[in-house]
Amino acid sequence: MTDGYPRYMRESIEKLESTREERAKTTFERMPASESDELLKKYHPDYREEGKREIRVGASKGEKAPLELLRLLEAPSLIDPADIDLGQVDYDLDLLIIGGGGAGTVAALWAIGEGISPENILIATKLRHGDSNSMMAQGGIQAADKVEDSPVQHYLDAMGGGHYTNVPELLEALTMDAPRLIRWHEELGILYDRDTDSEFIELPGGGTSRYRMHSSGDYTGMELMRVIRDEARNQDVPVLEFAPAVELLTDDHGSVTGALIMNLETNEYYVVRARSTVLATGGFGRLHVQSYPTSNHYGATGDGLIMGYRAGVPLRDMDSVQYHPTGAAYPDQVLGLLVTEKVRSIGAQPINVDGEMFVNPLEPRDVEAAAFIRECYGRDKGIETPTGMKGVWLDSPLIDVIKGEGTVARNLPAMVRQYKRFNIDMTIDPILVFPTLHYQNGGLAIDAQGATPVSGLFACGEVTGGVHGKNRLMGNSLLDFNVFGRRVGISAAKHASKAAPGKLTLNHVNSYQKALEDAGVDTKERSPLLIPEYRGKKVLERHLDIGVFL
Amino acid sequence: MAENKDEKMIDIYVMGRMYRVPEGLTIMTALEYAGYKYVRGCGCRGGFCGACSTVFRTKNEYKLRMDLACQTAVEDGMFLVQLPFVPAVRTVFQIDKVDPEEHDNILLEHYPEIARCVSCNTCTKACPQDIEVMDYVQAALRGDIDRTAKLSFDCIQCGLCSIRCPADIKHYHLAQEARRIKGRYIDIHSQQLAHRIGELHDGVYEEKMKEYVSMKKEDIKKVYDKREFHKEG
Repeated sequence: MTDGYPRYMRESIEKLESTREERAKTTFERMPASESDELLKKYHPDYREEGKREIRVGASKGEKAPLELLRLLEAPSLIDPADIDLGQVDYDLDLLIIGGGGAGTVAALWAIGEGISPENILIATKLRHGDSNSMMAQGGIQAADKVEDSPVQHYLDAMGGGHYTNVPELLEALTMDAPRLIRWHEELGILYDRDTDSEFIELPGGGTSRYRMHSSGDYTGMELMRVIRDEARNQDVPVLEFAPAVELLTDDHGSVTGALIMNLETNEYYVVRARSTVLATGGFGRLHVQSYPTSNHYGATGDGLIMGYRAGVPLRDMDSVQYHPTGAAYPDQVLGLLVTEKVRSIGAQPINVDGEMFVNPLEPRDVEAAAFIRECYGRDKGIETPTGMKGVWLDSPLIDVIKGEGTVARNLPAMVRQYKRFNIDMTIDPILVFPTLHYQNGGLAIDAQGATPVSGLFACGEVTGGVHGKNRLMGNSLLDFNVFGRRVGISAAKHASKAAPGKLTLNHVNSYQKALEDAGVDTKERSPLLIPEYRGKKVLERHLDIGVFL
Repeated sequence: MAENKDEKMIDIYVMGRMYRVPEGLTIMTALEYAGYKYVRGCGCRGGFCGACSTVFRTKNEYKLRMDLACQTAVEDGMFLVQLPFVPAVRTVFQIDKVDPEEHDNILLEHYPEIARCVSCNTCTKACPQDIEVMDYVQAALRGDIDRTAKLSFDCIQCGLCSIRCPADIKHYHLAQEARRIKGRYIDIHSQQLAHRIGELHDGVYEEKMKEYVSMKKEDIKKVYDKREFHKEG
């Protein structure tokens, strides 16, 4: 027995234990479409109209986006263009990649494969190389390679899961390229879980009709990211860390010609001219849309959305945000951290305060999340934590009952470790979960080669929209950064080989500022955000900006 | 973070300076509560990236301990400092030239300092992931790449092992190379994947894909709603 739970929570755990044996033999029916539509409308945060409004300026004016994003999207730049001397170019490149996570690093490697010399590439990244949501993805990566499966079936699953809002050509690229990328991973030496015949052990995910998810324990993203980064190091790709882009640079025709980057430690700016520029800055979980906790990386502040939008790239599907059904709800120290979907893939069931099942464990993510919210706030069958948060149980010990002792420890080492640190043994006790802000479904518009409508600018990974429509399925984000990182690396390299070095201006920043004034936007905010604010209230109240370090 | 009245406050010492913070915070959230805004020393905040290595000792304890700031709760009387960067050297290699069949001991070739391991086990004690670090260094020394890869799999590359090592071994870089060699050369690559790639090369799915891509929403919805689920993998 572990002592991580207070007594009153133990009482609920006892109810859960009393139904476990029976539940081990039962599956909860999947929801018919009519019921899930209604559930989403009533309980999913995306459907709360007061959480968003129309964008007032720019290429996607009139479309809806979350208020937390609008606060930054409709704000002037961090910099005043008049302060910047663009006459001195610090880096003159073929290819500038903004963002050193999965997408950006894959793009660099494939650009080299396309003939661009590493010294003509620069990855400029806000934190360290590899610091990204890619590193944190646990569950796995989808690719249809089994006999009973096909890329077409993969397409169908993702299109339905995305509520038919995915851009067909992007989804086609995702699913058709998938097996080839897994092959690339084998060549790079990425480790995947394999059976005794050395075939991949593949699991189902929410909304998938086949066993298609490849994994490396519950460290899949970390394994991919660390190997891809290792390869970039072997190939000598230059990386500038703690150097985020703060604005793109454009020429007189509005084509992107590079970026202004910032040294976060000296506050000095660098002017980068590039024939091709790639935005691979990731998502925006750290904006805490609708005050949800997030599973995202510290740097996930949506900077690329802001910079790309200012330069004229439309946004799509920004009105939908993915709340992962299973964020940690207890203890407080791990609030919002991801509990991988793999826990449900291998057999854990969501259970309410009375020890009852209430939803199939593997509905698409938005449906599953909405069912959890309904259980807690619609039916009042959640479990309240000592700090007043609500959640439902995820019956992890059930996995060992179904699949044999040791399965949890073997398949979920990262999860077991995380809970053990706080005195909870998830092989013996269930864990408490509630939806957490997990993924930015929408983003910058791209074509199937990863080109944005703005010449010279490419984008890949979570910063883009369209691949997943309004709801991404599990295992498709690791796949996304590989497929589109590769495509962007190739297409940006091709573009760079014919483009002439461009003129450098910040005209688009000035025009955007004017558009904000014309629309009557009045704000004290500046963007992009770069680093989220978590300092204590008391300290901030007494904070003096006396410029000792300026 | 909760700032309610009845929370218990404790004292922690950040690089020697005392701050009073609520009990129950992690080292990371406690530093933020105290007024620190991270640039370095903070990454995924979930125990996966190794950015927030922290060296500390607790009250009445003489031993230095090491752990991740995002995964460790503060304790009353804790003295701490963060270690956001490790200047460890890494050997550059080409993945298509490290076939273990063609080398005596490729890991020893690339990291000869592993021969200096004195089996003191300090690396293992320093590891926030509870990895048997010394055991995998010994496995590497014996040329057992498979074991080195397996034992080191949970490594988040924080570098605490290498900072503590009296023999200046670069454990986490060595282990990364071992895992890549296993993935590339020791694990047998998937036959079914090779078969599927052959099919894709022959354009087997193109026609069906074209049909789906051009389908109207109502039509593809019908196909989706009639999908059959495979019960087993």
